[in-house]
Amino acid sequence: MTRSELADLIAKQYPSLGNKYIEEVVKIILDYMSSTLSQGKRIEIRGFGSFSLHYRAPRRAHNPKTGQVFQLGCQHVPHFKPGKELKQSVNDAVAMAT
Amino acid sequence: MTAQTKADIVEALNQSKFVNKKESKALVQAFFDTLSDALIQGNNVKLSGFGNFILREKSARPGRNPKTGQEVTISPRRVVTFKAGQKLKKEVTRLAKNNTP
Repeated sequence: MTRSELADLIAKQYPSLGNKYIEEVVKIILDYMSSTLSQGKRIEIRGFGSFSLHYRAPRRAHNPKTGQVFQLGCQHVPHFKPGKELKQSVNDAVAMAT
Repeated sequence: MTAQTKADIVEALNQSKFVNKKESKALVQAFFDTLSDALIQGNNVKLSGFGNFILREKSARPGRNPKTGQEVTISPRRVVTFKAGQKLKKEVTRLAKNNTP
């Protein structure tokens, strides 16, 4: 499912608001989440999960193509931890199917 | 460091002046509910500019109860993983450059 398909599904629940409007809402939500993370803050959504940053220590890396070695500075990478409810429902869906 | 919650996202939506205040709470809830439902139904969700939520099937593997040391088999399961997109990764990396520990 893509971003616009997600917006369409939400729009179906709010027929009075229109697709364009919902797409803008989805954009604002995602932009806000991105900027929150890039400020180094955590996001916690009950039942869904939490987004945080994981630190990567500086390391020496090399370009696999040229073999050139260079120093890579420390990094932060976004990380998502699914919440209890989401974890369970995603797995239950499979358990029920089998 | 305080975590941002759903209420903060609702507030951000309010401040955008784009959305009716009454609607924003319902819309944020609908956003996460719809996203969850898609994953529960077994669909991967790709949000361009943000990242991809990918489902992975894990097969059974041996495990151990850390408390009792008893060996158990961890049942096969489906889990949600998240891979940040290029844009989000770039934005976050900028942070590391600005405040090196």
